[in-house]
Amino acid sequence: MARLLGLWLPLAVVALWALAALLGPWLPLSPDTIHLPRILQPPGAGSLLGYDDLGRSLAARVVSGAQTSFLVALWVVAISASLGTALGATSAYLGGAWDQVIVRIIDIFLAFPGILLAIALAGILGPGIDNVVLALSVVGWVGFARLARAQVLSLKQREHVQAARVLGAGPLRILYRHLLPLILAPLIVEASFGVAGVVIAEAGLSFLGLGVQPPAASWGSMIRDGARYLLVAPHMVMVPGVALALVVLAVNLLGDRLRDRLDVRRWRA
Amino acid sequence: MSFILARLFSALLVVFGVLCLVFFLIHWVPGDPVEVMLGESARAADREALRQALGLDRPLGVQFLHYLDGLLHLDLGTSLHSQRPIGEILLERLPATAELSVAALLVAVAIAFPLGVLSAVHKDSVWDHLAMGVSLGGVAVPNFLLGPLLILFFSLWLGWFPVSGRDGLASLVLPALTLGTALAAILSRMLRASLLEVLGEDYIRTARAKGLAPRVVIWKHALRNALLPVITLLGLQLGALLAGAVITEVVFAWPGVGQLVIEAIQRRDYPLVQASVLLISLIYVVVNTLTDVAYALADPRLRVGGGR
Repeated sequence: MARLLGLWLPLAVVALWALAALLGPWLPLSPDTIHLPRILQPPGAGSLLGYDDLGRSLAARVVSGAQTSFLVALWVVAISASLGTALGATSAYLGGAWDQVIVRIIDIFLAFPGILLAIALAGILGPGIDNVVLALSVVGWVGFARLARAQVLSLKQREHVQAARVLGAGPLRILYRHLLPLILAPLIVEASFGVAGVVIAEAGLSFLGLGVQPPAASWGSMIRDGARYLLVAPHMVMVPGVALALVVLAVNLLGDRLRDRLDVRRWRA
Repeated sequence: MSFILARLFSALLVVFGVLCLVFFLIHWVPGDPVEVMLGESARAADREALRQALGLDRPLGVQFLHYLDGLLHLDLGTSLHSQRPIGEILLERLPATAELSVAALLVAVAIAFPLGVLSAVHKDSVWDHLAMGVSLGGVAVPNFLLGPLLILFFSLWLGWFPVSGRDGLASLVLPALTLGTALAAILSRMLRASLLEVLGEDYIRTARAKGLAPRVVIWKHALRNALLPVITLLGLQLGALLAGAVITEVVFAWPGVGQLVIEAIQRRDYPLVQASVLLISLIYVVVNTLTDVAYALADPRLRVGGGR
Protein backbone atom coordinates (compact mmCIF):
# COMPACT_ATOMS: atom_id res chain seq x y z
CA MET A 1 0.00 0.00 0.00
CA ALA A 2 2.69 2.46 1.04
CA ARG A 3 4.70 1.40 -1.96
CA LEU A 4 1.74 2.01 -4.23
CA LEU A 5 1.06 5.47 -2.81
CA GLY A 6 4.66 6.50 -2.39
CA LEU A 7 6.15 5.11 -5.56
CA TRP A 8 3.94 3.70 -8.29
CA LEU A 9 1.17 6.30 -8.29
CA PRO A 10 3.58 9.24 -8.26
CA LEU A 11 5.63 7.56 -10.97
CA ALA A 12 2.51 7.12 -13.05
CA VAL A 13 1.55 10.78 -12.59
CA VAL A 14 4.99 12.00 -13.56
CA ALA A 15 5.09 9.65 -16.56
CA LEU A 16 1.71 10.94 -17.66
CA TRP A 17 2.92 14.51 -17.26
CA ALA A 18 6.02 13.84 -19.33
CA LEU A 19 4.05 11.95 -21.97
CA ALA A 20 1.47 14.73 -22.22
CA ALA A 21 4.27 17.24 -22.60
CA LEU A 22 6.27 15.29 -25.15
CA LEU A 23 3.46 13.76 -27.19
CA GLY A 24 1.02 16.65 -26.81
CA PRO A 25 2.00 18.37 -30.05
CA TRP A 26 1.32 15.16 -32.01
CA LEU A 27 -2.02 14.40 -30.42
CA PRO A 28 -5.14 15.46 -32.30
CA LEU A 29 -5.86 18.21 -29.77
CA SER A 30 -6.71 21.78 -30.49
CA PRO A 31 -6.22 23.85 -27.34
CA ASP A 32 -6.97 27.12 -29.13
CA THR A 33 -10.05 26.07 -31.08
CA ILE A 34 -13.17 27.89 -29.95
CA HIS A 35 -16.47 26.02 -29.70
CA LEU A 36 -18.98 28.80 -29.11
CA PRO A 37 -21.94 26.57 -28.16
CA ARG A 38 -19.85 24.91 -25.46
CA ILE A 39 -18.79 28.00 -23.53
CA LEU A 40 -18.37 27.23 -19.80
CA GLN A 41 -19.76 23.71 -20.30
CA PRO A 42 -18.93 21.58 -17.23
CA PRO A 43 -17.11 18.25 -17.43
CA GLY A 44 -19.22 15.28 -18.40
CA ALA A 45 -19.91 12.71 -21.05
CA GLY A 46 -19.21 14.19 -24.44
CA SER A 47 -17.40 17.23 -23.11
CA LEU A 48 -14.42 15.52 -21.41
CA LEU A 49 -13.06 17.96 -18.82
CA GLY A 50 -15.38 20.76 -19.86
CA TYR A 51 -14.85 24.03 -21.69
CA ASP A 52 -13.60 27.46 -20.64
CA ASP A 53 -15.08 30.94 -21.00
CA LEU A 54 -14.06 31.11 -24.65
CA GLY A 55 -15.33 27.63 -25.41
CA ARG A 56 -11.89 26.01 -25.57
CA SER A 57 -11.49 22.40 -24.47
CA LEU A 58 -9.97 22.23 -21.00
CA ALA A 59 -8.66 18.72 -21.66
CA ALA A 60 -6.64 20.00 -24.59
CA ARG A 61 -5.49 23.02 -22.62
CA VAL A 62 -4.38 20.96 -19.64
CA VAL A 63 -2.22 18.86 -21.96
CA SER A 64 -0.84 22.02 -23.52
CA GLY A 65 -0.21 23.45 -20.05
CA ALA A 66 1.64 20.25 -19.13
CA GLN A 67 3.96 21.01 -21.99
CA THR A 68 4.66 24.51 -20.69
CA SER A 69 5.36 23.40 -17.13
CA PHE A 70 7.44 20.40 -18.21
CA LEU A 71 9.61 22.41 -20.58
CA VAL A 72 10.14 25.23 -18.10
CA ALA A 73 10.90 22.83 -15.24
CA LEU A 74 13.36 20.82 -17.31
CA TRP A 75 15.20 23.86 -18.64
CA VAL A 76 15.32 25.77 -15.37
CA VAL A 77 16.54 22.80 -13.35
CA ALA A 78 19.09 21.85 -16.03
CA ILE A 79 20.45 25.40 -16.24
CA SER A 80 20.47 26.13 -12.51
CA ALA A 81 21.87 22.73 -11.56
CA SER A 82 24.78 22.88 -13.99
CA LEU A 83 25.54 26.55 -13.39
CA GLY A 84 25.10 26.34 -9.62
CA THR A 85 27.12 23.15 -9.28
CA ALA A 86 29.93 24.50 -11.42
CA LEU A 87 30.13 27.75 -9.45
CA GLY A 88 29.72 26.17 -6.04
CA ALA A 89 32.13 23.30 -6.63
CA THR A 90 34.91 25.43 -8.15
CA SER A 91 34.42 28.01 -5.43
CA ALA A 92 34.93 25.43 -2.69
CA TYR A 93 37.80 23.66 -4.42
CA LEU A 94 39.82 26.71 -5.43
CA GLY A 95 39.07 28.71 -2.30
CA GLY A 96 40.70 32.12 -1.83
CA ALA A 97 39.36 35.31 -3.31
CA TRP A 98 37.17 33.51 -5.87
CA ASP A 99 35.45 31.62 -3.06
CA GLN A 100 34.93 34.85 -1.11
CA VAL A 101 33.28 36.50 -4.09
CA ILE A 102 31.00 33.54 -4.79
CA VAL A 103 30.00 33.23 -1.13
CA ARG A 104 29.09 36.91 -1.01
CA ILE A 105 27.03 36.62 -4.18
CA ILE A 106 25.25 33.56 -2.80
CA ASP A 107 24.52 35.45 0.43
CA ILE A 108 23.04 38.35 -1.47
CA PHE A 109 20.82 36.11 -3.59
CA LEU A 110 19.72 34.23 -0.49
CA ALA A 111 18.78 37.55 1.06
CA PHE A 112 16.00 37.83 -1.50
CA PRO A 113 12.79 35.95 -1.23
CA GLY A 114 13.50 33.94 -4.41
CA ILE A 115 10.11 34.06 -6.04
CA LEU A 116 9.96 37.83 -5.50
CA LEU A 117 13.17 38.27 -7.44
CA ALA A 118 11.74 36.03 -10.16
CA ILE A 119 8.53 38.07 -10.21
CA ALA A 120 10.47 41.32 -10.55
CA LEU A 121 12.76 39.88 -13.22
CA ALA A 122 9.96 38.29 -15.23
CA GLY A 123 8.04 41.54 -14.93
CA ILE A 124 10.92 43.58 -16.24
CA LEU A 125 11.92 41.12 -18.96
CA GLY A 126 8.33 40.89 -20.14
CA PRO A 127 6.17 37.80 -20.60
CA GLY A 128 7.29 34.79 -22.61
CA ILE A 129 8.42 31.27 -21.88
CA ASP A 130 12.13 32.02 -22.42
CA ASN A 131 11.99 34.95 -20.01
CA VAL A 132 10.31 32.73 -17.42
CA VAL A 133 13.15 30.22 -17.80
CA LEU A 134 15.70 33.00 -17.48
CA ALA A 135 14.07 34.58 -14.43
CA LEU A 136 13.69 31.27 -12.59
CA SER A 137 17.24 30.19 -13.44
CA VAL A 138 18.67 33.43 -12.08
CA VAL A 139 16.99 32.52 -8.79
CA GLY A 140 17.45 28.75 -8.98
CA TRP A 141 21.22 28.33 -9.27
CA VAL A 142 21.85 29.57 -5.72
CA GLY A 143 20.54 26.46 -3.95
CA PHE A 144 22.68 24.16 -6.09
CA ALA A 145 25.74 26.38 -5.65
CA ARG A 146 25.39 26.32 -1.88
CA LEU A 147 24.88 22.59 -1.79
CA ALA A 148 27.76 21.80 -4.16
CA ARG A 149 30.06 24.14 -2.28
CA ALA A 150 29.31 22.58 1.10
CA GLN A 151 29.73 19.08 -0.30
CA VAL A 152 33.05 19.79 -2.00
CA LEU A 153 34.35 21.57 1.09
CA SER A 154 33.71 18.46 3.14
CA LEU A 155 35.31 16.16 0.56
CA LYS A 156 38.26 18.00 -0.86
CA GLN A 157 40.74 16.83 1.76
CA ARG A 158 39.91 13.16 1.18
CA GLU A 159 42.83 10.90 0.39
CA HIS A 160 41.73 10.01 -3.10
CA VAL A 161 41.61 13.71 -3.98
CA GLN A 162 45.06 14.28 -2.55
CA ALA A 163 46.31 11.23 -4.42
CA ALA A 164 44.91 12.58 -7.65
CA ARG A 165 46.54 15.93 -6.97
CA VAL A 166 49.89 14.32 -6.29
CA LEU A 167 49.57 12.37 -9.51
CA GLY A 168 49.35 15.71 -11.27
CA ALA A 169 45.66 15.97 -12.07
CA GLY A 170 44.45 19.53 -12.65
CA PRO A 171 41.63 21.13 -10.66
CA LEU A 172 39.09 20.65 -13.43
CA ARG A 173 39.88 16.98 -13.79
CA ILE A 174 39.75 16.42 -10.04
CA LEU A 175 36.44 18.25 -9.75
CA TYR A 176 34.91 16.39 -12.63
CA ARG A 177 36.32 12.89 -12.16
CA HIS A 178 36.93 12.66 -8.43
CA LEU A 179 34.50 14.99 -6.69
CA LEU A 180 31.43 15.34 -8.88
CA PRO A 181 30.51 11.64 -8.73
CA LEU A 182 30.54 11.81 -4.94
CA ILE A 183 28.32 14.86 -4.66
CA LEU A 184 25.89 13.73 -7.34
CA ALA A 185 23.39 12.05 -5.00
CA PRO A 186 22.45 15.12 -2.94
CA LEU A 187 22.39 17.20 -6.11
CA ILE A 188 19.96 14.79 -7.76
CA VAL A 189 17.70 14.95 -4.71
CA GLU A 190 17.88 18.73 -4.73
CA ALA A 191 17.07 18.74 -8.44
CA SER A 192 14.01 16.57 -7.94
CA PHE A 193 12.61 18.97 -5.35
CA GLY A 194 13.71 21.76 -7.66
CA VAL A 195 11.41 20.42 -10.37
CA ALA A 196 8.42 20.67 -8.02
CA GLY A 197 9.43 24.18 -7.02
CA VAL A 198 9.79 25.33 -10.62
CA VAL A 199 6.41 23.88 -11.61
CA ILE A 200 4.79 25.94 -8.87
CA ALA A 201 6.87 29.02 -9.66
CA GLU A 202 6.04 28.86 -13.37
CA ALA A 203 2.34 28.51 -12.62
CA GLY A 204 2.64 31.38 -10.11
CA LEU A 205 4.27 33.68 -12.65
CA SER A 206 1.66 32.75 -15.25
CA PHE A 207 -1.06 33.32 -12.67
CA LEU A 208 0.29 36.85 -12.24
CA GLY A 209 0.25 37.33 -16.00
CA LEU A 210 4.06 37.25 -16.19
CA GLY A 211 4.41 33.82 -17.78
CA VAL A 212 3.49 32.48 -21.20
CA GLN A 213 1.50 34.74 -23.45
CA PRO A 214 -2.09 33.97 -24.42
CA PRO A 215 -3.37 31.99 -26.20
CA ALA A 216 -0.61 29.59 -25.07
CA ALA A 217 -1.80 27.62 -22.04
CA SER A 218 -0.20 27.35 -18.64
CA TRP A 219 -1.87 25.82 -15.59
CA GLY A 220 -1.24 29.07 -13.75
CA SER A 221 -2.91 31.28 -16.35
CA MET A 222 -5.79 28.79 -16.62
CA ILE A 223 -6.36 29.14 -12.87
CA ARG A 224 -6.27 32.91 -13.19
CA ASP A 225 -8.81 32.88 -16.04
CA GLY A 226 -10.99 30.46 -14.10
CA ALA A 227 -10.94 32.57 -10.94
CA ARG A 228 -13.19 35.07 -12.72
CA TYR A 229 -15.86 32.43 -13.31
CA LEU A 230 -15.59 30.65 -9.97
CA LEU A 231 -19.27 30.57 -9.19
CA VAL A 232 -20.58 29.59 -12.62
CA ALA A 233 -17.73 27.37 -13.77
CA PRO A 234 -15.59 26.09 -10.88
CA HIS A 235 -14.21 23.40 -13.18
CA MET A 236 -12.13 26.07 -14.89
CA VAL A 237 -10.05 26.32 -11.70
CA MET A 238 -10.41 22.70 -10.61
CA VAL A 239 -9.11 21.04 -13.77
CA PRO A 240 -5.75 22.85 -14.02
CA GLY A 241 -5.58 23.01 -10.21
CA VAL A 242 -5.85 19.26 -9.81
CA ALA A 243 -3.29 18.71 -12.56
CA LEU A 244 -0.87 21.09 -10.88
CA ALA A 245 -1.36 19.68 -7.38
CA LEU A 246 -1.02 16.08 -8.59
CA VAL A 247 2.23 16.74 -10.43
CA VAL A 248 3.76 18.71 -7.57
CA LEU A 249 2.68 16.10 -5.06
CA ALA A 250 4.01 13.26 -7.20
CA VAL A 251 7.36 14.93 -7.80
CA ASN A 252 7.72 15.68 -4.08
CA LEU A 253 6.87 12.10 -3.10
CA LEU A 254 9.38 10.77 -5.61
CA GLY A 255 11.93 13.23 -4.26
CA ASP A 256 11.34 11.91 -0.75
CA ARG A 257 11.70 8.37 -2.03
CA LEU A 258 14.90 9.24 -3.88
CA ARG A 259 16.34 10.93 -0.82
CA ASP A 260 15.71 7.91 1.36
CA ARG A 261 17.05 5.64 -1.33
CA LEU A 262 20.22 7.65 -1.89
CA ASP A 263 20.50 8.24 1.84
CA VAL A 264 20.79 11.97 1.64
CA ARG A 265 19.90 14.12 4.58
CA ARG A 266 17.85 16.91 3.20
CA TRP A 267 19.13 20.19 4.43
CA ARG A 268 17.84 23.44 3.23
CA ALA A 269 17.12 26.89 4.53
CA MET B 1 28.83 40.29 21.49
CA SER B 2 31.33 40.07 18.68
CA PHE B 3 29.15 37.44 17.01
CA ILE B 4 26.30 39.90 16.99
CA LEU B 5 28.51 42.68 15.63
CA ALA B 6 29.83 40.40 12.91
CA ARG B 7 26.30 39.37 12.04
CA LEU B 8 25.18 43.01 11.81
CA PHE B 9 28.16 43.87 9.65
CA SER B 10 27.45 41.05 7.24
CA ALA B 11 23.81 42.12 7.15
CA LEU B 12 24.95 45.58 6.10
CA LEU B 13 27.05 44.07 3.32
CA VAL B 14 24.08 42.04 2.18
CA VAL B 15 21.86 45.12 2.21
CA PHE B 16 24.33 46.93 0.00
CA GLY B 17 24.47 43.91 -2.30
CA VAL B 18 20.70 43.85 -2.48
CA LEU B 19 20.69 47.56 -3.39
CA CYS B 20 23.16 46.94 -6.21
CA LEU B 21 21.39 43.84 -7.47
CA VAL B 22 17.99 45.52 -7.64
CA PHE B 23 19.42 48.62 -9.33
CA PHE B 24 21.48 46.83 -11.93
CA LEU B 25 18.88 44.20 -12.69
CA ILE B 26 16.41 46.89 -13.50
CA HIS B 27 18.84 48.98 -15.51
CA TRP B 28 20.67 46.27 -17.40
CA VAL B 29 17.68 44.32 -18.49
CA PRO B 30 16.92 44.81 -22.18
CA GLY B 31 13.97 47.03 -22.96
CA ASP B 32 13.67 50.75 -22.74
CA PRO B 33 11.19 52.11 -20.19
CA VAL B 34 10.87 55.32 -22.16
CA GLU B 35 9.84 53.43 -25.27
CA VAL B 36 7.38 51.37 -23.26
CA MET B 37 5.90 54.47 -21.64
CA LEU B 38 5.51 56.50 -24.79
CA GLY B 39 4.90 53.73 -27.27
CA GLU B 40 6.91 52.95 -30.37
CA SER B 41 5.39 55.72 -32.43
CA ALA B 42 6.64 58.51 -30.14
CA ARG B 43 8.81 61.21 -31.64
CA ALA B 44 12.51 61.05 -30.93
CA ALA B 45 12.47 64.50 -29.36
CA ASP B 46 9.74 63.50 -26.89
CA ARG B 47 11.67 60.39 -25.96
CA GLU B 48 14.79 62.43 -25.39
CA ALA B 49 12.90 64.90 -23.22
CA LEU B 50 11.42 62.16 -21.05
CA ARG B 51 14.76 60.40 -20.82
CA GLN B 52 16.30 63.63 -19.60
CA ALA B 53 13.48 64.24 -17.13
CA LEU B 54 13.96 60.78 -15.67
CA GLY B 55 17.72 61.15 -15.60
CA LEU B 56 18.11 58.10 -17.83
CA ASP B 57 20.48 59.91 -20.21
CA ARG B 58 23.24 60.04 -17.64
CA PRO B 59 25.91 57.33 -17.33
CA LEU B 60 24.83 54.31 -15.29
CA GLY B 61 27.41 54.98 -12.58
CA VAL B 62 26.10 58.49 -12.06
CA GLN B 63 22.55 57.22 -11.91
CA PHE B 64 23.59 54.64 -9.33
CA LEU B 65 25.29 57.24 -7.14
CA HIS B 66 22.28 59.48 -7.45
CA TYR B 67 20.07 56.55 -6.44
CA LEU B 68 22.24 55.75 -3.41
CA ASP B 69 22.30 59.40 -2.43
CA GLY B 70 18.51 59.50 -2.60
CA LEU B 71 18.25 56.36 -0.47
CA LEU B 72 20.49 57.90 2.18
CA HIS B 73 18.01 60.76 2.42
CA LEU B 74 15.13 58.28 2.40
CA ASP B 75 14.17 59.67 -0.98
CA LEU B 76 12.94 56.78 -3.13
CA GLY B 77 12.08 58.92 -6.12
CA THR B 78 8.78 59.57 -7.81
CA SER B 79 6.35 57.10 -9.28
CA LEU B 80 6.21 57.38 -13.07
CA HIS B 81 2.55 56.52 -13.11
CA SER B 82 1.01 58.54 -10.29
CA GLN B 83 3.75 61.17 -10.07
CA ARG B 84 3.68 60.87 -6.29
CA PRO B 85 6.67 60.32 -3.99
CA ILE B 86 7.30 56.58 -3.77
CA GLY B 87 7.98 56.68 -0.05
CA GLU B 88 4.47 57.97 0.50
CA ILE B 89 2.91 55.22 -1.65
CA LEU B 90 4.85 52.50 0.15
CA LEU B 91 3.87 53.82 3.58
CA GLU B 92 0.23 53.69 2.50
CA ARG B 93 0.51 50.08 1.44
CA LEU B 94 2.75 48.74 4.19
CA PRO B 95 0.13 48.39 6.97
CA ALA B 96 -2.03 46.08 4.85
CA THR B 97 0.88 43.77 4.10
CA ALA B 98 2.04 43.82 7.71
CA GLU B 99 -1.47 42.98 8.89
CA LEU B 100 -1.74 40.11 6.42
CA SER B 101 1.71 38.71 7.26
CA VAL B 102 1.17 38.79 11.00
CA ALA B 103 -2.25 37.19 10.67
CA ALA B 104 -0.82 34.51 8.37
CA LEU B 105 1.96 33.87 10.85
CA LEU B 106 -0.59 33.40 13.63
CA VAL B 107 -2.62 31.03 11.46
CA ALA B 108 0.52 29.07 10.62
CA VAL B 109 1.57 28.74 14.25
CA ALA B 110 -1.97 27.87 15.34
CA ILE B 111 -2.11 25.02 12.80
CA ALA B 112 1.49 23.85 12.95
CA PHE B 113 2.01 23.81 16.67
CA PRO B 114 -0.59 21.24 17.72
CA LEU B 115 -0.07 19.26 14.53
CA GLY B 116 3.71 19.12 14.91
CA VAL B 117 3.58 18.20 18.59
CA LEU B 118 0.87 15.56 18.14
CA SER B 119 2.62 13.92 15.23
CA ALA B 120 5.97 13.80 17.03
CA VAL B 121 4.56 12.53 20.32
CA HIS B 122 2.34 9.97 18.64
CA LYS B 123 4.72 9.01 15.89
CA ASP B 124 3.21 6.77 13.19
CA SER B 125 -0.28 7.28 14.60
CA VAL B 126 -3.33 8.69 12.85
CA TRP B 127 -2.24 12.15 13.95
CA ASP B 128 1.13 11.66 12.36
CA HIS B 129 -0.41 10.60 9.06
CA LEU B 130 -2.84 13.51 9.20
CA ALA B 131 0.01 15.93 9.79
CA MET B 132 1.93 14.36 6.95
CA GLY B 133 -1.09 14.76 4.68
CA VAL B 134 -1.55 18.39 5.66
CA SER B 135 2.08 19.22 5.08
CA LEU B 136 2.16 17.47 1.71
CA GLY B 137 -1.07 19.19 0.73
CA GLY B 138 0.29 22.53 1.86
CA VAL B 139 3.23 22.08 -0.46
CA ALA B 140 1.23 20.78 -3.41
CA VAL B 141 -1.56 23.36 -3.28
CA PRO B 142 0.07 26.74 -3.92
CA ASN B 143 -1.68 29.84 -2.64
CA PHE B 144 -2.92 30.95 -6.05
CA LEU B 145 -4.91 27.70 -6.12
CA LEU B 146 -5.89 27.56 -2.45
CA GLY B 147 -7.09 31.18 -2.53
CA PRO B 148 -9.71 30.69 -5.27
CA LEU B 149 -10.81 27.39 -3.67
CA LEU B 150 -11.35 29.09 -0.31
CA ILE B 151 -13.22 31.90 -2.03
CA LEU B 152 -15.44 29.37 -3.77
CA PHE B 153 -16.33 27.48 -0.59
CA PHE B 154 -16.43 30.15 2.09
CA SER B 155 -17.42 33.26 0.16
CA LEU B 156 -19.49 32.15 -2.79
CA TRP B 157 -21.15 29.00 -1.45
CA LEU B 158 -21.34 29.68 2.28
CA GLY B 159 -21.22 33.46 2.15
CA TRP B 160 -19.23 33.71 5.37
CA PHE B 161 -16.47 36.04 4.22
CA PRO B 162 -16.12 38.74 1.58
CA VAL B 163 -14.65 37.64 -1.75
CA SER B 164 -11.94 40.29 -1.83
CA GLY B 165 -10.78 43.67 -0.63
CA ARG B 166 -9.73 44.89 2.78
CA ASP B 167 -12.70 45.85 4.88
CA GLY B 168 -12.69 44.75 8.48
CA LEU B 169 -11.64 41.56 10.19
CA ALA B 170 -13.85 39.23 8.14
CA SER B 171 -12.00 40.18 4.97
CA LEU B 172 -8.69 39.20 6.59
CA VAL B 173 -9.67 35.60 7.34
CA LEU B 174 -9.36 34.03 3.91
CA PRO B 175 -6.16 35.80 2.82
CA ALA B 176 -4.51 34.92 6.15
CA LEU B 177 -5.61 31.29 5.83
CA THR B 178 -4.33 31.13 2.26
CA LEU B 179 -0.97 32.60 3.12
CA GLY B 180 -0.63 30.83 6.47
CA THR B 181 -1.38 27.29 5.34
CA ALA B 182 1.74 26.88 3.23
CA LEU B 183 3.85 28.07 6.12
CA ALA B 184 1.97 25.81 8.52
CA ALA B 185 2.83 22.83 6.34
CA ILE B 186 6.55 23.53 6.50
CA LEU B 187 6.47 24.58 10.12
CA SER B 188 4.69 21.46 11.39
CA ARG B 189 7.20 19.20 9.65
CA MET B 190 10.10 21.16 11.09
CA LEU B 191 8.61 21.08 14.56
CA ARG B 192 7.99 17.34 14.28
CA ALA B 193 11.56 16.62 13.18
CA SER B 194 13.06 18.87 15.81
CA LEU B 195 10.88 17.45 18.57
CA LEU B 196 11.63 13.86 17.58
CA GLU B 197 15.33 14.60 17.79
CA VAL B 198 15.00 16.16 21.24
CA LEU B 199 12.77 13.34 22.50
CA GLY B 200 15.64 10.95 21.90
CA GLU B 201 17.97 12.85 24.24
CA ASP B 202 19.19 11.50 27.55
CA TYR B 203 17.68 14.25 29.67
CA ILE B 204 14.25 13.38 28.38
CA ARG B 205 14.78 9.80 29.51
CA THR B 206 15.93 11.12 32.87
CA ALA B 207 12.86 13.30 33.18
CA ARG B 208 10.65 10.36 32.33
CA ALA B 209 12.55 8.04 34.65
CA LYS B 210 12.09 10.32 37.61
CA GLY B 211 8.37 9.99 37.09
CA LEU B 212 7.35 13.30 35.57
CA ALA B 213 4.01 13.33 33.81
CA PRO B 214 4.36 12.93 30.03
CA ARG B 215 2.70 16.31 29.61
CA VAL B 216 5.36 18.03 31.69
CA VAL B 217 8.17 16.22 29.90
CA ILE B 218 6.88 17.28 26.52
CA TRP B 219 5.83 20.84 27.24
CA LYS B 220 8.52 21.81 29.69
CA HIS B 221 11.55 19.78 28.78
CA ALA B 222 11.29 18.83 25.16
CA LEU B 223 9.42 21.63 23.48
CA ARG B 224 11.60 24.35 24.90
CA ASN B 225 14.67 22.88 23.28
CA ALA B 226 12.92 21.81 20.12
CA LEU B 227 11.68 25.32 19.48
CA LEU B 228 15.04 27.02 19.00
CA PRO B 229 15.88 25.63 15.56
CA VAL B 230 12.26 26.06 14.53
CA ILE B 231 12.39 29.75 15.38
CA THR B 232 15.50 30.26 13.25
CA LEU B 233 13.87 28.52 10.34
CA LEU B 234 10.76 30.56 10.92
CA GLY B 235 12.82 33.68 10.29
CA LEU B 236 14.07 32.22 7.04
CA GLN B 237 10.57 31.20 6.04
CA LEU B 238 9.43 34.78 6.39
CA GLY B 239 10.93 35.43 2.97
CA ALA B 240 8.64 32.84 1.50
CA LEU B 241 5.78 34.40 3.42
CA LEU B 242 6.49 37.87 2.02
CA ALA B 243 6.84 36.54 -1.50
CA GLY B 244 3.67 34.52 -1.04
CA ALA B 245 1.98 37.70 0.10
CA VAL B 246 2.47 39.09 -3.42
CA ILE B 247 0.35 36.34 -4.94
CA THR B 248 -2.14 36.22 -2.07
CA GLU B 249 -2.68 39.95 -2.28
CA VAL B 250 -3.37 39.67 -5.98
CA VAL B 251 -5.85 36.81 -5.43
CA PHE B 252 -7.81 38.75 -2.83
CA ALA B 253 -7.28 42.28 -4.19
CA TRP B 254 -5.63 43.04 -0.86
CA PRO B 255 -4.17 46.55 -1.12
CA GLY B 256 -0.65 45.84 0.14
CA VAL B 257 2.91 46.17 -1.11
CA GLY B 258 2.69 42.85 -2.98
CA GLN B 259 -0.19 43.98 -5.12
CA LEU B 260 1.68 47.25 -5.63
CA VAL B 261 4.64 45.34 -7.11
CA ILE B 262 2.41 43.68 -9.67
CA GLU B 263 0.57 46.91 -10.50
CA ALA B 264 3.90 48.68 -10.93
CA ILE B 265 5.17 45.91 -13.20
CA GLN B 266 2.05 46.09 -15.34
CA ARG B 267 2.37 49.86 -15.64
CA ARG B 268 6.12 49.68 -16.31
CA ASP B 269 6.63 51.97 -13.34
CA TYR B 270 10.28 50.99 -12.87
CA PRO B 271 11.19 53.26 -9.95
CA LEU B 272 8.20 51.89 -8.07
CA VAL B 273 9.08 48.25 -8.89
CA GLN B 274 12.62 48.91 -7.75
CA ALA B 275 11.58 50.54 -4.50
CA SER B 276 8.95 47.99 -3.54
CA VAL B 277 11.18 44.99 -4.28
CA LEU B 278 13.87 46.71 -2.27
CA LEU B 279 11.50 47.30 0.63
CA ILE B 280 10.37 43.67 0.80
CA SER B 281 13.95 42.42 0.56
CA LEU B 282 15.10 44.80 3.27
CA ILE B 283 12.36 43.64 5.61
CA TYR B 284 13.50 40.09 4.95
CA VAL B 285 17.16 40.87 5.67
CA VAL B 286 16.30 42.77 8.84
CA VAL B 287 14.08 39.97 10.17
CA ASN B 288 16.69 37.34 9.39
CA THR B 289 19.39 39.32 11.13
CA LEU B 290 17.19 39.86 14.16
CA THR B 291 16.38 36.13 14.27
CA ASP B 292 20.07 35.25 14.21
CA VAL B 293 20.85 37.75 16.92
CA ALA B 294 17.96 36.52 19.05
CA TYR B 295 19.14 32.97 18.55
CA ALA B 296 22.66 33.93 19.66
CA LEU B 297 21.26 35.61 22.74
CA ALA B 298 19.18 32.54 23.57
CA ASP B 299 21.86 29.94 22.90
CA PRO B 300 25.13 30.61 24.73
CA ARG B 301 26.98 27.94 22.75
CA LEU B 302 26.58 29.89 19.55
CA ARG B 303 27.55 33.14 21.17
CA VAL B 304 30.79 31.76 22.52
CA GLY B 305 31.60 29.74 19.41
CA GLY B 306 31.02 32.69 17.12
CA GLY B 307 33.06 35.02 19.30
CA ARG B 308 36.21 33.02 18.98
